Amino acid sequence: MSKQPVAVVGVGQTKHVAARQDVSIAGLVREAAVRALADAELGWADIDAVVIGKAPDFFEGVMMPELYLAEALGAVGKPMLRVHTAGSVGGSTALVAANLVAAGVHGTVLTVAFEKQSESNAMWGLSLPIPFQQPLTAGAGGFFAPHVRAYMRRTGAPDTVGSLVAFKDRRNALKNPYAHLHEHDLTLERVQSSPMLWDPIRYSETCPSSDGACALVLTGARGAARAPRPPAWVHGGAMRSEPTIFAGKDYVSPQAGRDCAADVYRQAGVTDPRRQLDVVEMYVPFSWYEPMWLENLGFADQGEGWKLVEAGVTELDGDLPVNPSGGVLSSNPIGASGMIRFAEAALQVRGLAGEHQIDGARRALGHAYGGGAQFFSMWLVGSDRPGS
Amino acid sequence: MSSPAPSPVHSGARSGRDVAVVAFAQSSHTRRTDQLSEVELVMPVLHDVLKQTGLTANRIGFTCSGSSDYLAGRAFSFTMALDGVGAWPPISESHVEMDGAWALYEAWVKLQTGEADTALVYSYGKSSPGSVRDVLTRQLDPYTLAPLWPDSIALAALQAQALIDAGLTDERGLARTAVRSRRAATANPHAQLRGSADVEDLLRRPYEVEPLRRHDCPPISDGAAAVILAAGDAARALHANPAWIRGIDHRIEAHQPGVRDLTESPSTRLAAAAAGAFDAPLDAAELHAPFTAQEIVLRRALDLDDRVPVNPSGGPLAANPVMAAGLIRLGEAAALIHRGEAGRVLAHATSGPCLQQNLVAVLESSAGGTR
Amino acid sequence: MTTAAELLAGIPELAGAEPVTRVTIPARLEYTYSPGSAQARFLTALPEKRLLAERCPQCTRVYVPPRGACPTCGIATPEQLELPHTGTVTTFCIVNIAAKGLDVEVPYCYAYVLLDGAHVGLHARIGDTPYADVRIGQRVEAVWDDRRLGPSLASISHFRPTGEPDADPESYRRWM
Ligand SMILES: [Zn+2]
Repeated sequence: MSKQPVAVVGVGQTKHVAARQDVSIAGLVREAAVRALADAELGWADIDAVVIGKAPDFFEGVMMPELYLAEALGAVGKPMLRVHTAGSVGGSTALVAANLVAAGVHGTVLTVAFEKQSESNAMWGLSLPIPFQQPLTAGAGGFFAPHVRAYMRRTGAPDTVGSLVAFKDRRNALKNPYAHLHEHDLTLERVQSSPMLWDPIRYSETCPSSDGACALVLTGARGAARAPRPPAWVHGGAMRSEPTIFAGKDYVSPQAGRDCAADVYRQAGVTDPRRQLDVVEMYVPFSWYEPMWLENLGFADQGEGWKLVEAGVTELDGDLPVNPSGGVLSSNPIGASGMIRFAEAALQVRGLAGEHQIDGARRALGHAYGGGAQFFSMWLVGSDRPGS
Repeated sequence: MSSPAPSPVHSGARSGRDVAVVAFAQSSHTRRTDQLSEVELVMPVLHDVLKQTGLTANRIGFTCSGSSDYLAGRAFSFTMALDGVGAWPPISESHVEMDGAWALYEAWVKLQTGEADTALVYSYGKSSPGSVRDVLTRQLDPYTLAPLWPDSIALAALQAQALIDAGLTDERGLARTAVRSRRAATANPHAQLRGSADVEDLLRRPYEVEPLRRHDCPPISDGAAAVILAAGDAARALHANPAWIRGIDHRIEAHQPGVRDLTESPSTRLAAAAAGAFDAPLDAAELHAPFTAQEIVLRRALDLDDRVPVNPSGGPLAANPVMAAGLIRLGEAAALIHRGEAGRVLAHATSGPCLQQNLVAVLESSAGGTR
Repeated sequence: MTTAAELLAGIPELAGAEPVTRVTIPARLEYTYSPGSAQARFLTALPEKRLLAERCPQCTRVYVPPRGACPTCGIATPEQLELPHTGTVTTFCIVNIAAKGLDVEVPYCYAYVLLDGAHVGLHARIGDTPYADVRIGQRVEAVWDDRRLGPSLASISHFRPTGEPDADPESYRRWM
């Protein structure tokens, strides 16, 4: 059984902001979907199925909101799937949609991911009191800060590395009209003197809370041939999961992340990711995760990721730009954040990333993770059709 | 239903790789499982299906589950249940915030890509921590419907009344469905409600929400289920009599019950046509109709007459663990084939208010529907 | 795209009406959680100031609190054992931001404490010491809150340094 090639022919996202008070949840997702369809120059009738993803339902206070969104996403009379794999969900959702095309089940699929955190309160959703558990973590930052400290301790990385990543991503975001944070006056000193929220994580090294949606149109070889703009081809895609907490878990460089990357590289025929990939959109909600994931994804040896950051390798003009879009640090509609990584990777190899385009990008990695650094989803996209 | 069976739409749902259900297990469904956490509820059914096939978690190619945070009352509830799988070394895994029937669909798609030969599918629902009747109101349009708190029984009552008004059934007909289901459940050791008083007796009892009486409604259940899928030779190696998925498809309708004709289920009919349900006679059907009236709607959408046994397991009227009840229909349909009791069985799952979203699968023995 | 105001302008009866941009819809659902049998055993021992862990029969790893299943083996962990009240800080952070609904005064030190004999860290607060002195490898002991003893981890007020020399990094390297 051979898989059908899968191409991204449409990408759409909303301008990510703290609160989209001018649209309902339906209006938000439809805006991204309409833009993806427009990019592909397709209409609702061209779509065979819809795959939607988002993080916990408590974040909006709507149980299984895909039911209410069926009409807004043109899904009436069609198959509609709803994925939820925690923070990695945006990536997982795109992969489920890609599999529908790869398996030959559908010709053209619309996939959408969103979060409208202003409708409820995500921090509340994360901290619902469970009577017999002692709540301590104060949101995701408190959960991940100890892992960052373990990384610093293990590698001896200087304290400043996190601020370099944050400053880079926020500057990159100035070139991305969809990014939530456009901090024109930010300086490296301001990042380094911003308040410590969860020591060792500073305020300016932390992702914002955003309303936003992202949508992709995925199709096969025939659809790609008809597409008005260059497609991005999926060269590899994988998901990996490990338990939330277990004896011997490596929170700094989880095995599931390493295995997931290895699977994707194998599918894509990549043996030296540092040299063979042109750009990476990785899920970095707290700046220190950039050096951590550089190691986890095989771009640097263990303990060396921070050196790439310090050397400027991951800057826009470095030889491995990471998050030219500004990344999760600049826009974080949680459920959509993974799909935005996948979408930005696709835009890069299509040559359609606009001001934050990396010249000549031909192969890009989109990466997402979630839960207790336990769920991973990644895809590798290229400008050439696989095997050509 | 008056309209002719729709012609199969272009879809790969009926071609591609042969995939079968090779194992199915479910818990004994009960009103409460206060002594069990979700992982403690799920783990025995996972062990059961692994034991049936002799597989271990790390030899499974893909794992997919279905559950709901709103039912559990906490965010990321599925991450705790994953402990029961033993996901180490890391596994290829996904989760849908849907009934486990759709997790099975995602796994079936994964097997169609050829990236995996076996898949573990599980789902669970504990209705006991909250009031499921109120919890389900949160899945309605958050701006116009949910603020009115129309509970699941009230919405089902609207659908039942529409059927009665259209002359398609009456309260006696509904009661007959309840009696048939719960008496069938006496042969199902996993069922929660087994046996029933007779129709006359039931009709003397008070309304829950008119025109529905308590017997028209499903029990409130805690429960879990698991299935193993396998492709081609792997399926033949794992079971002497695999239940081949000849077709599987699912469709959704408009959300607002007010814009739909609640006496019909066009999404079920579309999914059934795409799954090949109308191509040959069926030996049985397992329908995810939590309310008696919904069975009438589904029978019409599926052209099922009285010759086709419906819900020989007792169906969701006998046990209704929300988020697992749809997967259990697929499992019960497969089990009929595994046991040699049927050759071609339809399985159906539903989600959303008043049968908004529906999945249909056709399962066959290697010999097909000969019985 | 058409704005709400433009849509309203097209309906004469609604001329001049203010578009609705926000509605607040309170919702309340009540849940009664079940900790499950494994966690219940752990919780029941807390009022007696006992820390009951469970050992996996297959991989022999010791979990506290027990999770109901060994997460890597996917099997129940019926063997119970009592752990001492001492352990080692394997990592930590200082929380300076108050979270809504969290009844903890900021700043506080949130740490993973690897109890002696366990293979996973217990999430706990570190106290009775300046936060600048908290370090990975530090030896700590549980301080019980006699006023809040009950079937909850709130029975442990916090952990405090024992004053022993720091633990050998090899003793906790694998068990953050
Ligand atoms: Zn174990």
